Formats: sequence, C-alpha cells, structure tokens
Amino acid sequence: MNSSVITFPGSNCDRDMEVALKKFGFKNKMVWHNDAELPKSDLVVLPGGFSYGDYLRCGSMASKSKIMKSVINFAKGGGKVMGICNGFQILVESGLLPGVLLRNKYLEFICKNIFVKVNNQDNLYFKNIKKNTLKLHIAHNEGNYFCSKDQIKEIDDNNLIALFYSDEFGNINEENNPNGSVKNIAGIFNKEKNILGMMPHPERMIDPTLSGEDGSVFFTNLINNLR
Amino acid sequence: MRVSVVITLKKDVLDPQGKVIHQTLNGMGFDNIDEVRQGKYFEIEIKENDKKKAEEKVENMCKKLLVNLVIEDYKIIGSQ
Repeated sequence: MNSSVITFPGSNCDRDMEVALKKFGFKNKMVWHNDAELPKSDLVVLPGGFSYGDYLRCGSMASKSKIMKSVINFAKGGGKVMGICNGFQILVESGLLPGVLLRNKYLEFICKNIFVKVNNQDNLYFKNIKKNTLKLHIAHNEGNYFCSKDQIKEIDDNNLIALFYSDEFGNINEENNPNGSVKNIAGIFNKEKNILGMMPHPERMIDPTLSGEDGSVFFTNLINNLR
Repeated sequence: MRVSVVITLKKDVLDPQGKVIHQTLNGMGFDNIDEVRQGKYFEIEIKENDKKKAEEKVENMCKKLLVNLVIEDYKIIGSQ
C-alpha cells in the first residue's frame, strides 16, 4: 500500500504521520506543497500543524496551494484522503468536506487525551474496527465544528459523522465535548466516504510505552481494509 | 484604486472573542453594550481605475479566498 503525506509550510505532524504509516506497513512518500503531481497513492494524508501560520483562517491558504489541485482531483475520483487536525481544516476550506472549524468555545488551546466513539463502520476507515471507543489525542485551537442548517441536514441524512467526542464508555454528552463542536462531532466524511477529516491524532497513539495503542488499532484496521 | 472590505461573522455564528471583549468592556465600566462582534478589515490596492470593475474583482476575491461563506458575510464599504 502506497501512502503520501503532504507537507505544507508550517505542518508539524507530517513526520509523526510518516512514522505511523510505515510502522503499520505503508510505503510512504513525503510530498511538498509546491509539487504539482501526486505520486501513485492508495491513501493521501494531510497532516496536522499550522500551515501558513494559520493566516486568514486555519487551512485557507493551504487549500489553495499547488498540490491541492491534484489532491482535490484524486479525492473527486474516489481516492482515499484523510485530514488530521490542520488537515481536517484544509479539507473543509477546500470544499471537500462540509462545514468549518471555529475557535474553541472557551478560547483555550486544548492539548489532552480524549475518547471518541466510532459512529459509522460502513466505510474503509472504520470497517471491522475492533474497538468502538478510541482513546486519542487532541491538540488544537480551532476544533469547534460548525456548519449551516442545510449542511447538518445533509450530514444527518447521509450518516456522515465519523467520530463523536465521548467518554470512555462511548456516552456522547456536553460534558465530553472539549471544544463546543456541533453534536460533539470530532470527525466527518464526504458523501462517498472516501474522504475523512478528524481533529484527533491517531498517529500520536501508536506506542504503548509513550502513549497508548488505540492509534495502532486504527492504522492496523485501515491498512487491512485497503488491502 | 483602493477597495475596502469588512468581513463579519454571520448572526447565528457564535463569536466567543466578541463575547469576551464585551465582558471586559463591561468590567471597565462601559455599560449599556448590547453585543460586540469581532470582524476583519481588508484594504486592497488594485490596478483598476473603473470603480465597478475594481469592486467586482474584490468581490470575486472575497468569494474565492477572503471569506468563508458558511460563517462569514462581507461588505465592500468604499472604493477610492
């Protein structure tokens, strides 16, 4: 399985993502934002960070960069594209996913472990996943998911929510909503479910001594589904 | 020609920064404030002498980059 991780100026989770992808069997290539062509890929990942210093709106500049034209074409042709954290912000700014990520409700940068509940297994990202609730890490200032009324209807009608913020047992309530996101949304899909955007970082949970292993559960399952 | 644009959050979008500024102003003794909304302001110098054409170009910039229409509104407030 071939993967590509895009590095924008200001990306800082790109190398962690590569380490994770390689650990679980992907042959990964790092791709610079100013390149025009994507290498042959089964999965393209837009990593976390602060692309273009979060100028104007998080992800807005990166969404117009040269490589994104190829990423958008790849995604529209059914290619698998996953955006983590800033990568999620880039996906919404490029119009590949509905909605937008606003400043966190309490204006704090949040950096902590949280739990997410997998909503939906009818897709290649979570099909057959062994755990319904995952312990992952979040680190963001703008993770407060928001969308228009029409978009929320579209999301509900097509079951596009990928992950909810929850407690460790999968209960979804306001208490476990770290940033004010509509409906506790932590991650969403496009209609075809080949594009996934999520705020939590699975690549930070791949080592039992350093963190946890729920990221390993995610990546192992993902590569098995793609094979 | 210089075109000025103001970008504000839509009415139904929560503006936590505006809220905190409101509270702080209250705390400083500025009372009778109903609401504070924070926005953005751009001045764009454009090589175009026709006002209508210049504003059309800026409007296009707003739709394509400067504004996220899910959460924001824009208004061209002057061209000179």
